[in-house]
Amino acid sequence: MATALSITSGYTEDVTSLLAIGPEPLELERIVAALDTSGRFHTGADGAVVTFLGLVRNHNLGRRVRYLEYEAYEPLALKAFERIAAEIHERWPDVGLALHHRIGRLDVGEASIAIATRSPHRANAYAASRYAIERVKQIAPIWKREFFDGGDVWIEGATADPDDERARAEAERIACA
Amino acid sequence: MRVTVRLFARLRDIAGATELARDLAPGATIGTVWRELAGEYPGLAQYERSISSAVNADYARMDHVLRDGDEVAFLPPVSGG
Repeated sequence: MATALSITSGYTEDVTSLLAIGPEPLELERIVAALDTSGRFHTGADGAVVTFLGLVRNHNLGRRVRYLEYEAYEPLALKAFERIAAEIHERWPDVGLALHHRIGRLDVGEASIAIATRSPHRANAYAASRYAIERVKQIAPIWKREFFDGGDVWIEGATADPDDERARAEAERIACA
Repeated sequence: MRVTVRLFARLRDIAGATELARDLAPGATIGTVWRELAGEYPGLAQYERSISSAVNADYARMDHVLRDGDEVAFLPPVSGG
């Protein structure tokens, strides 16, 4: 990445990192601002910012969800985010990415992930945003435990394999659909 | 040699531990550790084909040869986002 990438996470710091994982509530303004001040986007050449927030839903597979608990292997999750940023840079070189994931207990309606993409034209910012969330679900070592009326269950999705080119191609196909 | 094993999400619940220490013979791989754990905690066996593994916070394959002091992690299918 050409951007100044700070790996430290958390909002207690003066400079918001482009990529982060931690327990603090997510703020879109913070990650949009992080992109804005990350150097290469200071030229005025960008015409689009796309933001995405993933929220805790009150229902899943017919269950009434009370809250979620997110857990992560944090150092590897940050490396997965770096990998996703590098893939986006390779596929859409004019896009900048900021991506923050929250962990710990999240109540219904709270944001678990915030993504901001920025580019000269909207098409690439939209595509890269979708690609980022699809890849997080494929390769980031993060798990959610769902607490619903009557019990709790670990949600298990994809087997994480960053070298699985079919998964990557599928994320790209979805992003460009 | 000795390695640290980290377990996440449901794997941790099954084993009842976040972190385990294991003494291994030279040449042991991630797969060696996994088979040992699956023998100890039969509930883990169902994850044989769906887990991912990592060494020192980098994804690594089951045939990866371990060194003294490594941190091995076993990761059930992920569900972030």
